[in-house]
Amino acid sequence: MSSEVKKGALGFKANTPAERFFNGLIAENPTLVLMIGMCPTLAVTSSAINGLGMGLATTFVLALSNAVIAALRKTIPSTVRIPSFIVVIASFVTLVQLLMQAYLPSLNNALGVYIPLIVVNCIIFGRAEAYASKNGIVPSFFDGIGMGLGFTCAITCIGLVREFIGAGTAFDVQILGEGTVVPGVVGSLLSGYQPISIFIQQAGAFFVLAFLIAIMNKVKSNLSAKGKDTSKFGNGCCSSAEEAAADKIMADKEAGKEAK
Amino acid sequence: MGETIVSLIGLMITASLVNNVVLSQFLGLCPFLGVSKKTDTALGMGAACIFVITMASLVCSIIYKFILNPLDLSYLQTIVFILVIAMLVQFVEMVLKKYVVSLYQALGVYLPLITTNCAVLGVALNNVTDGYSILESTVCGFATAVGFTIAIVILAGLREKMEYNDIPAPFKGMPMVLLTSGLMAIAFTGFSALK
Repeated sequence: MSSEVKKGALGFKANTPAERFFNGLIAENPTLVLMIGMCPTLAVTSSAINGLGMGLATTFVLALSNAVIAALRKTIPSTVRIPSFIVVIASFVTLVQLLMQAYLPSLNNALGVYIPLIVVNCIIFGRAEAYASKNGIVPSFFDGIGMGLGFTCAITCIGLVREFIGAGTAFDVQILGEGTVVPGVVGSLLSGYQPISIFIQQAGAFFVLAFLIAIMNKVKSNLSAKGKDTSKFGNGCCSSAEEAAADKIMADKEAGKEAK
Repeated sequence: MGETIVSLIGLMITASLVNNVVLSQFLGLCPFLGVSKKTDTALGMGAACIFVITMASLVCSIIYKFILNPLDLSYLQTIVFILVIAMLVQFVEMVLKKYVVSLYQALGVYLPLITTNCAVLGVALNNVTDGYSILESTVCGFATAVGFTIAIVILAGLREKMEYNDIPAPFKGMPMVLLTSGLMAIAFTGFSALK
């Protein structure tokens, strides 16, 4: 077995930079397949630009914190690894925050409190725990880049859908509705569109994500009907730990009642 | 004095209903979606959140006012706050276990889950951004957590009823919960008239 080359995602050799990159981008896309990091996915996708900015900020933090954690993986004792990871991640988040305040003030204002909250994004902590703490610096760095860009693509697309339906714009360019940039007859047809503004409000985020997860559930059941492995697919949110704990609490309570 | 109380009540209404932490700011979504299967557990989670978020807002705002701000270290707030919150949750758990056993039995199981709740850090950071005093921060923290409790208990009640409904297969579970939350978010926008 040892002479055999271990196959990674999409037929690449496992743990090479390219394999890690495409694994994060497609095979284990954090938003669409693993379904983790849903708080920022809901909060910042009111426009494609916001999604893109948030995604790139997360990618930056994810790639660098993965590399640093991989470099320190033999130095950090496993009992204090969680606080150590948090400090590393929080340092990079502070770095991003200061850079954005200096060079992209308008984006920083639009994203607001969600930039420092990258610290508690479960994608970053999850990758540190599941990958970077067990692998070398280079694959961990590319794992971060792949996962980060996978997240960026997914939330930019969600942002684009919400912006397009809710305001008739794409990347702040008016396409549907009044003042459309499309000329001629097509333009006059498009200008009759009434934007459904609920989609750029809070409720729209919940609706779009609900449909996205429903679509992924359908894809998942189709794949498993064909006999493919669907164990990687998440069940809808990073809340599986919470759900398991809540189930345990209820089970304990019922066991307590029966004992009485 | 009278004016302060009126402004604090206004702050409480804004923080709990108008800017509801889950439905309009999307903070603390994980426990909101995860622990809302039963009203019992939802209430317990809400109570634990009220306790921790109020304490965390108080402690973080004291640290900001007396250590970070005077020493010009406010850029360290994210790192300091997250460590303080993680420590505080551990500390509260230990103190309750040793001295207030009845409260520990009611809230203890929820405490480890709260460290990962982004609402705690979000409220602490928002208090600094909004320039609240220590009293205002604590009140705001308390009211935010009350808002969280209101939302999670309503959702849990709806989910208990929904269990008997016939839902299309792909929408079973999380998508249906999200759709319900979306409808709740629409309902809560009604409170913005109170501002």
